[in-house]
Amino acid sequence: MSHPDRVGPPGGESVDTIAEPPALAGKSAESLAEFAARHGLTQSAARPPLRTYVRELWQRRTFIWTFASAKSMSMYTSSRLGQVWQVLTPLLNAAVYYLVFGLLLGVNKGVTNYTAFLITGVFVFTFTQRSLTAGARSIGNNLSLIRALHFPRASLPFAHVLVELQQLLISMAVLAVIVLATGEPITWRWLLLVPALALQLIFNMGISLAIARVGAFVRDIQQLLPFITRAWLYFSGIFFMTASLAERDTLRDYPWVGDLLQANPASVYIELVRIALIDSYRGDLAAYGWGYAHLWWYALAWALVAFIGGFWYFYRAEARYGRG
Amino acid sequence: MTESPPPVVIDYTREPIVVVDNLHVIYRVYGGGGGKGTAATALMRILRRQNRPQMKEVHAVRGVSFVAYRGDAIGVIGTNGSGKSTLLKAIAGLLPPARGAVYTQGRPSLLGVNAALMRDLSGERNIILGCLAMGLSPEETRAKYDEIVKFADLKPGFIHYPMSAYSSGMGARLRFAIAAARTHDVLLIDEALATGDAKFRKRSKAKINELRRDAGAVFLVAHNLDQVEETCNRVIWLDEGKIRMDGDPKEVIAAYNEAIGK
Repeated sequence: MSHPDRVGPPGGESVDTIAEPPALAGKSAESLAEFAARHGLTQSAARPPLRTYVRELWQRRTFIWTFASAKSMSMYTSSRLGQVWQVLTPLLNAAVYYLVFGLLLGVNKGVTNYTAFLITGVFVFTFTQRSLTAGARSIGNNLSLIRALHFPRASLPFAHVLVELQQLLISMAVLAVIVLATGEPITWRWLLLVPALALQLIFNMGISLAIARVGAFVRDIQQLLPFITRAWLYFSGIFFMTASLAERDTLRDYPWVGDLLQANPASVYIELVRIALIDSYRGDLAAYGWGYAHLWWYALAWALVAFIGGFWYFYRAEARYGRG
Repeated sequence: MTESPPPVVIDYTREPIVVVDNLHVIYRVYGGGGGKGTAATALMRILRRQNRPQMKEVHAVRGVSFVAYRGDAIGVIGTNGSGKSTLLKAIAGLLPPARGAVYTQGRPSLLGVNAALMRDLSGERNIILGCLAMGLSPEETRAKYDEIVKFADLKPGFIHYPMSAYSSGMGARLRFAIAAARTHDVLLIDEALATGDAKFRKRSKAKINELRRDAGAVFLVAHNLDQVEETCNRVIWLDEGKIRMDGDPKEVIAAYNEAIGK
């Protein structure tokens, strides 16, 4: 049987996997797939084209935001102190690190305002760390929602990063108080906090998308992540100045180690926030002859690479989320 | 085991809405024991390159093909575990096919009882998030909100409680109300009428008939055969993931009753 009026699949989409020949009666030469394509039917489980996907995602922006707010509100409802933990958790963390690294080990070499230096590092790093952890769980923890309703799955990692962003903003308010209390002035550079955190947000969304895909299919990653983030924590110049580390005798002959530590994305965002908020820290850096203008380029490059790469990687598996 | 499934005959005079082409669905489940569960056995398993024993593959739908046309209301019947719900999920695009494909016009929507939303959030939040996730705008969501609450008919005050506090019937009612708030191209109804009390069943049947008028094709999974017979113009009988029979409701249901009634 021939079909002179046959047209190609409309919109140039659908049928990207060709099915096996079905059990057809001998009457027809047209396969079911061709029949479906001729009538403009599309594969229901197929990944939509990138353009459509991005448009659908943009259309769900209210969903993403509402989901994030609802999640962050319900996060501490079972604990007695409730939302107080949003402030308490980062503060306790900072206190522990201050006790160990500031007082006991005394690695505050070269830093004028070590309290502000340390707490900034902890708070900014926590944002990236928690985005990564939440991203890894974002598919697995929402399987019921994924199986119940249709929506672009990238909404979930985005929403989970936004939950962490709301946490971060609370932390930043606490941080501002600490920085002022430790004697730093308010300068116009505080405004640089906005682009620095915006770039970090984009970076976090990217890595969170990538880890969401990994976490959806390889659950082992959830056991592994705490080690990865802890290792990352120690390499990100949170407890010590990367500049002072690079000047040590043992590392003096290997300048690439300092370059590498400096280019580490977590370190880049932490340094930018420190430079914006802590007036004395710019002097500390200058004492080592380290500049910081190039860090903005690093921050931008990391954000773009992580976001585009992560989004693409996540999107490639869109049709498979929810399968186990 | 059984005879080969009936061949698919394409009716060229009618407009297809859903084409299911040699569909196989395999889903994975984790847990459920197997192995001794110690680190040593797990290591041996990795060294021998075996699959995880806790991971089970369920081959729920095994080579299903059929065409649904505009205006069809198709009942899907079969014993427990015959793959009915899995087939519906695959048509909805919620479970990806392992082989074969499902082609649909527009985007199918599944109204199911098992479709839990977010247990730790209140009913109110679930309504808003469910509507937004389905692609409704915030204005449409606000407009639909009262209608959903009214239709779900929860006990007073329960709308502000987290869904984990709901009874299974209440949860199912709310989910059904949320999903029914939107018009659908292809409507898949999985046991939705079986939940809730008699009062709710009557109201939800009226709602389904209303939704059917707007939808291109309707699928209904139910164990209540009378209900299938009175709502559907065609019935597919699934057995162990394969189509055993596909045709007129009276004939198929009679054959099904005979097969299970012996």
